[in-house]
Amino acid sequence: MKTLVQNLIASGMFGKNAPYDLVAAIAVFVLSAVVFLGVAFPFAGIVSWVERRVWARIQSRVGPNRVGPNGFLQWLADGVKHVCKEDIVPTDADPHLFKMAPYLVVLAFVLPWAVMPFSSSLILADLNVGILYMTSVTALTVVGVLMAGWASNDKWSLIGGIRSAAQIVSYEIPAGLSIFPIVLMTGTLSMQGIIKAQGWAPQHWFLFANPFTFIAANILFISALAEGNRTPFDLPEAESELVAGFATEYSGMRYLFFFMAEWGNLFIIGAIITTLFLGGWQFPHVTNNVVAMNILQLITFNLKVLFLVFVSMWVRGTLPRVRIDQLMTLCWKYFVPIAFINMIGTAIWVAIWPEGNSWAGYIMVAAAIVVAVLFIQRVIYYAKRSKMEMYYNPTI
Amino acid sequence: MGAFGAYVDNIKDAVSSIFEGMAVTASHFVRKPYTVQYPDRTEVRVQDTLPFRYRGILEVDLEICTGCLACERACPIDCIVIAVEKDPATRGMIISQFDIDIAKCMFCGLCSEPCPTGSIHHTTEFEGADFSLESLIRRFIQEPIHAYKAKKGPETDPRLAPILSRGMHYLDEWAQPGGAKPAAETEES
Repeated sequence: MKTLVQNLIASGMFGKNAPYDLVAAIAVFVLSAVVFLGVAFPFAGIVSWVERRVWARIQSRVGPNRVGPNGFLQWLADGVKHVCKEDIVPTDADPHLFKMAPYLVVLAFVLPWAVMPFSSSLILADLNVGILYMTSVTALTVVGVLMAGWASNDKWSLIGGIRSAAQIVSYEIPAGLSIFPIVLMTGTLSMQGIIKAQGWAPQHWFLFANPFTFIAANILFISALAEGNRTPFDLPEAESELVAGFATEYSGMRYLFFFMAEWGNLFIIGAIITTLFLGGWQFPHVTNNVVAMNILQLITFNLKVLFLVFVSMWVRGTLPRVRIDQLMTLCWKYFVPIAFINMIGTAIWVAIWPEGNSWAGYIMVAAAIVVAVLFIQRVIYYAKRSKMEMYYNPTI
Repeated sequence: MGAFGAYVDNIKDAVSSIFEGMAVTASHFVRKPYTVQYPDRTEVRVQDTLPFRYRGILEVDLEICTGCLACERACPIDCIVIAVEKDPATRGMIISQFDIDIAKCMFCGLCSEPCPTGSIHHTTEFEGADFSLESLIRRFIQEPIHAYKAKKGPETDPRLAPILSRGMHYLDEWAQPGGAKPAAETEES
């Protein structure tokens, strides 16, 4: 960043005596605008289209396929429609809080991009407390959601906001406790440091380092889904009970912001899991060309994240919504104790094998392959039993 | 120990049911969607896939209409208007007006039952959307025409034979509950 600003001043674009701070501020604004408008928001939009197509295929439908090739531009059409709509603030609402709430939710979605480790050198800021920063800024969502629920002055919104607050605050605990084993094993909170402690091969991933980290990965994934208000934990916006929950009174662009943040959060969830458990951008060292290596690492990271995004869509298409008491039971009676056991178990494991146990990695990868084969067998069984016409093309 | 066993059983239940559920939904990814992408992305026109007894918009084969007014009398909401008069020269009937108001029609099928030749019948056409009520009135006659009169003897006019056989076939099938689909050559109306 510093060299970039110095180069900018040296190039004479702003005059010879341009103040350093001003140029740096302009550079920060332009860069962040490019990153968020060019990467984060289009990602959220495209995910909304992909998600609708994935659910549609799960339900034997087709999904949006009219706007552009295979409906690819559907997200742009929806976005333009929402931006063109009237921005309504209810008379009885608290206007300032009401208007501020969507921005806080979006803020919680854009801040984590600062520590997103796309590749070995493509990272905005490699903070030494990266993963802690990530979990704390994503928790900002609860402020925005609670603010939206309260300021709308509407019972549905309020119940939705309160539910969301209860849910996010509860699930922060198992999520935080599941990050602990990794921190114990690596001794660092930096995103790059955690990735560098892993290898490119599955047996060197922390997912398969020992049985406790495997359970921790699952708990973290489910807790992250709950924090992102995703089905099966989408109680705050349960349509059948609460209309649209905290977003009931919103319309147009502000409504769009809530959902953009929700879909964009999928990438954040995927990135956290990928960084902690799936080896991040690690790719075998095939070339000495730094740029080529970085591109390969970028592709690896994104493929892993997109796979997790797909899994969360698949879960959303599969599982029904849980009740609020089931949600709390799952968190406090199951996840929290198991996460504590994980933590202690990992601590003992690290005490016995400080360098890690390579045999455990191979055995767990073999077990995972067996489970995957069993799963594919079940899929083939169900596909054959349906006696329906098979259609393998993802586009229709 | 019982409480702990139940605890472990709950976890086992959750994991196995999610495993099975995900397998079921994954199998849907390779199934063909049920969706019929009406109107423009179907392999054949949707109208052609409908059953023969489908009650779509009414149509009249004027070549075999006898002008008997049975359909006009049968219509419970008077959406059929027919004007007939005797032709003094040939002593036949001349039909000068045959209007069906599709906007009023409730597709009950009572008009096509008493028709002696199967001239008035439902088609599989159902796209009736239009910009004015006026244009929904189907006017089948522009110029007054002679009504059909059954010939004495076995010979039928070869021009009318296929239409007549289609009409009679329609009536026969109509009267039979669950009647079979007619052969391909008589299907097109």
